[in-house]
Amino acid sequence: MQALGLEVLFKGKNLVRLLGGLGVALKISLISVLISISLGILLGLLMTRRNALIRLVLRVYLEIMRIMPQMVLLFLVFFGTTRALGWDLDGETSSVIVFSLWGTAEMSDLVRGAIISIPKHQYESAEALGLSRSQMYFYIILPQAVRRLIPLSINLITRMIKTTSLVLMIGVVEVIKVAQQIIEANRMASPNAAFGMYLTVFLLYFIACFPISVLARGLEKRWQ
Amino acid sequence: MDAAVIRDYLPLYREAALLTLRLGLLGILLSIVVGLFCAAVQFLKIPVLQLLAKIYIELSRNTPLLVQLFFIYYGLPKIGIKTDPAVCGVAGLTFLGGSYMAEAFRSGLESIPRIQEESAVSLGMTRLQAIRHVILPQAVSVSIPAFVANVIFLLKETSVFSAVSLMDLMFTAKDLIGLYYDTTEALFLLVVFYLLILLPVSILGTVVEKKVRYAGFGT
Repeated sequence: MQALGLEVLFKGKNLVRLLGGLGVALKISLISVLISISLGILLGLLMTRRNALIRLVLRVYLEIMRIMPQMVLLFLVFFGTTRALGWDLDGETSSVIVFSLWGTAEMSDLVRGAIISIPKHQYESAEALGLSRSQMYFYIILPQAVRRLIPLSINLITRMIKTTSLVLMIGVVEVIKVAQQIIEANRMASPNAAFGMYLTVFLLYFIACFPISVLARGLEKRWQ
Repeated sequence: MDAAVIRDYLPLYREAALLTLRLGLLGILLSIVVGLFCAAVQFLKIPVLQLLAKIYIELSRNTPLLVQLFFIYYGLPKIGIKTDPAVCGVAGLTFLGGSYMAEAFRSGLESIPRIQEESAVSLGMTRLQAIRHVILPQAVSVSIPAFVANVIFLLKETSVFSAVSLMDLMFTAKDLIGLYYDTTEALFLLVVFYLLILLPVSILGTVVEKKVRYAGFGT
């Protein structure tokens, strides 16, 4: 225990503090995921419209969000808006903005993919059976699209959780930062704390993401 | 925006971009090696190794690169494994990328229906010939889109290298903002340089994807 620096974990409130740090990261991902999913569904539906201008604008937005590393986006919002617009955003708000913008783009593409993956004959058959447009979407298209969509959006949640580790770099006190503080505070008593603490953080992220991944995979298999 | 400032900064960013590219490409190449190994082990169902590959893939895919890097860079020296920042960056990227590549290759291999191998064998091919001439060509073409996505993903992930004090693009930008407060110029160059790295890869990827789309017989 001493050699691996794991004893620090059980000293005082260290474990609770670490979990609190993880809580901050999870809170940011949860808020961003909720915003991303609702806006993403909206934009995804818009992307399947025939209007070329709407499609072009959304496509450009999607490509920009996809190609820029999330770290760069975080810097742009956190440092850039302060200088350019005079906003004084704190780290948490900036990260929610960035992750929502990015998540919305990813989600909209998933929605678009799920809708266009429904073969044309499904629409035609529905029409041939005399269903109205809203009936067609409600009974035929959406149930199938949603089945394809749910596993993919659950995957987006794990990606979001993993990405929130980046907020450390713009000064949000989350789980890695708390680990750093604990390591610093116990530098003398437990010189090996860095090993135990970072291992714990690693495992905490794994425990947060693994069940969600398993769920996504299970649903995907079942609904194939 | 001040053109003189941008001119001053350019050489710094060029250095940083080269570092990003060098470490990124090395990490991606090693990821491909690790990924091929893991996919092969799983496809050929080699006992023990198959299980280890599975555990590795789950650990790597469900944790962020930043945390992996911190563990390698600050954690491992405590049990006697010391690495310099560049090695650590490449090791971290390989640890992350290996599993993503493995999944891309594995899904390619698995997408080829059993009947293909059986038909090949019934035509008198050995198992190796069947894999070489029938399964792999199709599997590769199925894997390409995921492979390209992974390359771009891994290049983007290099942006966390600054956390282990590698002087990459993020590090340079943050450093310059802290030193001179020319935020607009520093961020502008940051975006431009990432675009210079990522756009060609993305465009090339789309072209390659279109060129090799020849699998999917009978679907």
